[in-house]
Amino acid sequence: MRDRWLRYLLILPASLLVLGTTIWPLAVSLVTSLRDWRLTRSLTPGPFIGAEHYVTALTDDPDFANAAGVTATFVGIDVTLTVLASLGLALVLRRAGVLHSLTRAVLILPFAVSPALVGISFRFMFNAEMGVFTWLAGVLLPWLRGFVWLADPWAALLVLAFSDAWRWVPYMTLVVLGGLAALPREPEEAARIDGASEWQVFRDVTFPALLPVLAVVGILKTVFALKMFDQVVTLTGGGPGQSTQTLAFLVYSIAFRWYDMGYASAVAWILTAMLVSLAVWYMRLVLRKPGGA
Amino acid sequence: MRDIGARIAAARRRRLAWRAVEATILLLALFLILFPILWMALTAFKRPVDLFDLTILFTPTFDNFRTIFAAPWNIGRTLWNSTVVAGLTVLVAVPASTLAAYAFSRFDMPFKGALFFTILATQFIPAVVVVLPFYLLFRDLGLLDTHLALVIVNLAIVTPFAVWMLKGFLDAVPTESEEAALVDGATRLRVIIDIVVPMVWPGVLVTAVFCFILTWNEFLFALILTRDEAVTLPVGITRFRTERGDLWELIAAAGILISIPMFLLSSVIQRHFVRGMTGGAVK
Repeated sequence: MRDRWLRYLLILPASLLVLGTTIWPLAVSLVTSLRDWRLTRSLTPGPFIGAEHYVTALTDDPDFANAAGVTATFVGIDVTLTVLASLGLALVLRRAGVLHSLTRAVLILPFAVSPALVGISFRFMFNAEMGVFTWLAGVLLPWLRGFVWLADPWAALLVLAFSDAWRWVPYMTLVVLGGLAALPREPEEAARIDGASEWQVFRDVTFPALLPVLAVVGILKTVFALKMFDQVVTLTGGGPGQSTQTLAFLVYSIAFRWYDMGYASAVAWILTAMLVSLAVWYMRLVLRKPGGA
Repeated sequence: MRDIGARIAAARRRRLAWRAVEATILLLALFLILFPILWMALTAFKRPVDLFDLTILFTPTFDNFRTIFAAPWNIGRTLWNSTVVAGLTVLVAVPASTLAAYAFSRFDMPFKGALFFTILATQFIPAVVVVLPFYLLFRDLGLLDTHLALVIVNLAIVTPFAVWMLKGFLDAVPTESEEAALVDGATRLRVIIDIVVPMVWPGVLVTAVFCFILTWNEFLFALILTRDEAVTLPVGITRFRTERGDLWELIAAAGILISIPMFLLSSVIQRHFVRGMTGGAVK
C-alpha cells in the first residue's frame, strides 16, 4: 500500500530536473519575449510590449525572413539526403559480405564525433587554397578547379548539409537496418516466388512495411536539422553574408551580439513552437506502437 | 534447352553486375565515412609546413600534442573540465531517471501518460531557448564560467533521453521475481535495489555512456556560459582559430583527443546506440 506514495516519490527527482531545467526556462523566455529588454540599455527587464516582437519577426525583419528561408532550405536538403542515403545504404548492407560487415562496423563512428569538431574539420577540408575536398572536387570535376566552396552562398549551404549528413546518415542507416531486421521475411519471399522483380518486391512489399521507420528517421532528422547550430558556428560562421544563418544561429546573434534579450526570446519561441508541434507528431507515432517504448 | 542456358547466363551476368554496383557503393560509403577521420588523424601528426601537402608521406611529429598540453593552450585543463561536467551530469541524471523510469514502467497513476509525454517532448526543445534565461540567471548569481552552470543546463538535454532509454530497458525485464519477492513480504524499495537494479544494470550503463557522450560533445551551452575557467573541449578547439589564422595542426591534435574516448565508448554500446534517439521505436 505504501507503493501508492512511493510511485510519486520515484518520479519526483526526474520531474524536478525537467521542471527546473526546461519548463522553467521556457516559461521565463515566453515572458521575456513579451518585454522590451536590451542588455545594452538596462540590466533589468523593461516594460511589457505585448506581441510586438512576434509581429516584427514575422512581418518586418529581413534577418528573420532570411534565417527562416535558410533553415527551410537546409532542412529540405539535409532531410532528403539523409532519408534517401540511409535507406539506400541500409538496403545494400542487408546482405552478408566482407565489405558489408566492414561498413556496418564503422557506421557508429561519425555520430560519436562532436558536431562542433565536424564543422571545423569540414572547414579545413573545404579550405580554399589546399583543402583536400576542394582538391578532390577539382580533380573529379575539372570545371570546379579553384572554386572557393565556402565563399559561395549555395555551395556553403551544401557543404553545411554535407557535414551534417556525414554525421547523421551512418547513424540513421543503423536505425533503418534495425527496422529491416524486424520485418518478417515471408512476404518478400512469397512475392519473389510469385515472380515479382526485385524492384517490385521493394516497391510493393519492403517499402510499405518500412514506412513507419522511415517516418521516424524523417521527423527526427527534421527536428535536429531545425535546431542546427554547432556547425554553423564552426564551419561557416553564418556566411558568406547571411547565407547560412539558421534560426538557432539568429537567436544566438540577437542575444549575444546585439544583447536584445526580448527579441531573441521571441524568435527562440517561434522556433520552439515549430519543434514542439513536430515533437507531438513524432511521439504519437512512436508511442502508439505496441511494445515500443 | 539452349534458351534456358542463355537465361541462366544472363541472370548470372546480372547478379555479377549488381555485385559490382554494391561493392562500389560500399567502397564509396567507407571512403566518405572514414576519410574525414583519417585526414584529421594524419593532420594531427603533421608539421605546419606539411599541412597543405596532400601526400600522406611526411615526417610525423608529436609536437602538436606537446604544444596543446603546454601553455598557453593547456588542453589538459579543458579535458578535465569536459570530464567533470559530463561525469557529474551523468551521476545526477541517471539515478534520477532510473527511479522515474521504474515508476513509469511498473505503476499506474493519474496523468501518467501526460507526464511521460511532457518529459519526452522536452528533448525536442532547442537548446538556445533554454540557455537564454539560464545565462541571465547565472550572470546574476555569479555562476557564469563554472562547472555547476554547465551541469545544470546539460541536465536539460540528458534527462529526457535517459528516462526514455531506461523505460525501454525496464519494460524488457520480466516482473515475476519482483512479484514473488513482494509476496514474500519484501518492501518495494528492497525489490528495486536487490532485484531490479542488478537485472537492468547493463541498460543503466548503456544509458550512462550515451548521456556522457551527449554532454561531452555539447557545444552551444559551453559557448555561451563559459569563458576561461570552465571551457570544455568542443569550445576549446575553437580557440585554435587565432588572429594569425587557423592553427589546423593543433585543432586536429585536439580533435583526436576529443574523439578517441567517444569512439571507444560508442563502440562498447554500439548495439544499443540506436535506442538512444529513437527510444526503442526501432528495435
